[in-house]
Amino acid sequence: MSEKVKELKVSAIENGTVIDHIPASALFQVIKMLKLDVFDQMVLFATNLESKKFGSKGIIKVSNKFFKPEELNKIALVAPHASIIEIRDFQVARKTLVEIPDNIVGIVKCFNPNCITNIEEITTRFTIVSKEETRLKCHYCEKITVKKNIVFK
Amino acid sequence: MKNKSLVSINDYTKEEQLHVLEVAKEFEAKPVQDILKDHVIASLFFEPSTRTRLSFESAITRLNGKVVGFSEASNTSVKKGESLRDTILTIANYSDLIVMRNPVEGSARFASEISPVPIINAGDGANQHPTQTLLDLYSIMQTQDTLDNLHVAFVGDLKYGRTVHSLVIALCNYNTTFHLVSPVELKLPSSVKMHIKEKNLAYHQYTSMEEVIPLVDVLYVTRIQKERFSDPLEFERIKNSYNLQKDMLTDTRKNLRILHPMPRVNEIHVNVDTDPRAYYFQQALNGVYVRQALLSIILGYR
Repeated sequence: MSEKVKELKVSAIENGTVIDHIPASALFQVIKMLKLDVFDQMVLFATNLESKKFGSKGIIKVSNKFFKPEELNKIALVAPHASIIEIRDFQVARKTLVEIPDNIVGIVKCFNPNCITNIEEITTRFTIVSKEETRLKCHYCEKITVKKNIVFK
Repeated sequence: MKNKSLVSINDYTKEEQLHVLEVAKEFEAKPVQDILKDHVIASLFFEPSTRTRLSFESAITRLNGKVVGFSEASNTSVKKGESLRDTILTIANYSDLIVMRNPVEGSARFASEISPVPIINAGDGANQHPTQTLLDLYSIMQTQDTLDNLHVAFVGDLKYGRTVHSLVIALCNYNTTFHLVSPVELKLPSSVKMHIKEKNLAYHQYTSMEEVIPLVDVLYVTRIQKERFSDPLEFERIKNSYNLQKDMLTDTRKNLRILHPMPRVNEIHVNVDTDPRAYYFQQALNGVYVRQALLSIILGYR
């Protein structure tokens, strides 16, 4: 195999997780959802990078952090095509894609202003009734929040 | 089913729903019983209601239980800004079961999750009203001797009518053929139709009521609700879409019964009331038997 010299826009990390193919517009949302804004290890990120597949994309590299699938799957709501790359000793150890989970707890607001979760301090809970169209059914008021109405808490 | 809250009609399986209806027959035969003499039931109505509140309180009284509660929230601590969480946790200390109507959607589910005593949802905003669905099922069963394979017409506001939505979903368990009569603006939403399609049941849509009258076993008429319209002109145009008169009932099935969740305005003329096919006042009475059955089952006596 010939050695490819590839210029990295974001430096490599020794150990940790790379989240690639995030829509550029969703990068900061992903950072917030994964609580990387309050993380104490090195976090590198870039956005509006050129992407052959998606036009423009964002990327995040998190040092010394390996996520559980359920932690990462919630970002599929905003970054449905994100790829997750585990890096160990500068090498790719594992590569997976995110998957929309069956249930969403906490992060999304119910779009129904008359829902109890918008009136009292209650953790929101949704079941995903359609993964293709991202339709979320509220556990409390039973109304469906569709993709264009999703607002994050 | 002991201590099992009833928030949404789908919380009870088909078998559990049928059990409630069977027990209701017992109370229809013998409405006054001493079953709840050691119990206090809280009846919390955060918004006004005539039939639901009074039929619950009548059901409790006929079973010799005691009722505490309120019929509007304005003279309670809710007015002082108390949260629903605190109200429920407090009142659960004073009662064995809580019946609640609250205009906030999802409030009953939330209450059932924090309350140490069971909750019966007596209506949470535009969301669920499962005891109405059970009394509608009971009324259909009592008039038709079965729930299976019936032709049921729904007339009026099928878009916003929560009783229509829950009853359509419940009837999907019984191989029903649906006849849906509404103005174009008030058609049954796709989220409800989805349940009919999932079971591969037949449904037909109409804008006029006349043609379905000869075809059906049950004619379930609903009010077009003024409060749902943001445009008063649109309401004025639609409000008189349906007006059932006695002379429209010449060619019907013999077993036809006319149901209405009430209150009615002008969609059924009073000249229908004395017709033997009119069943809506008996239907309101059935609400007492079904609620007696639910209280007895949830408190562990049936």
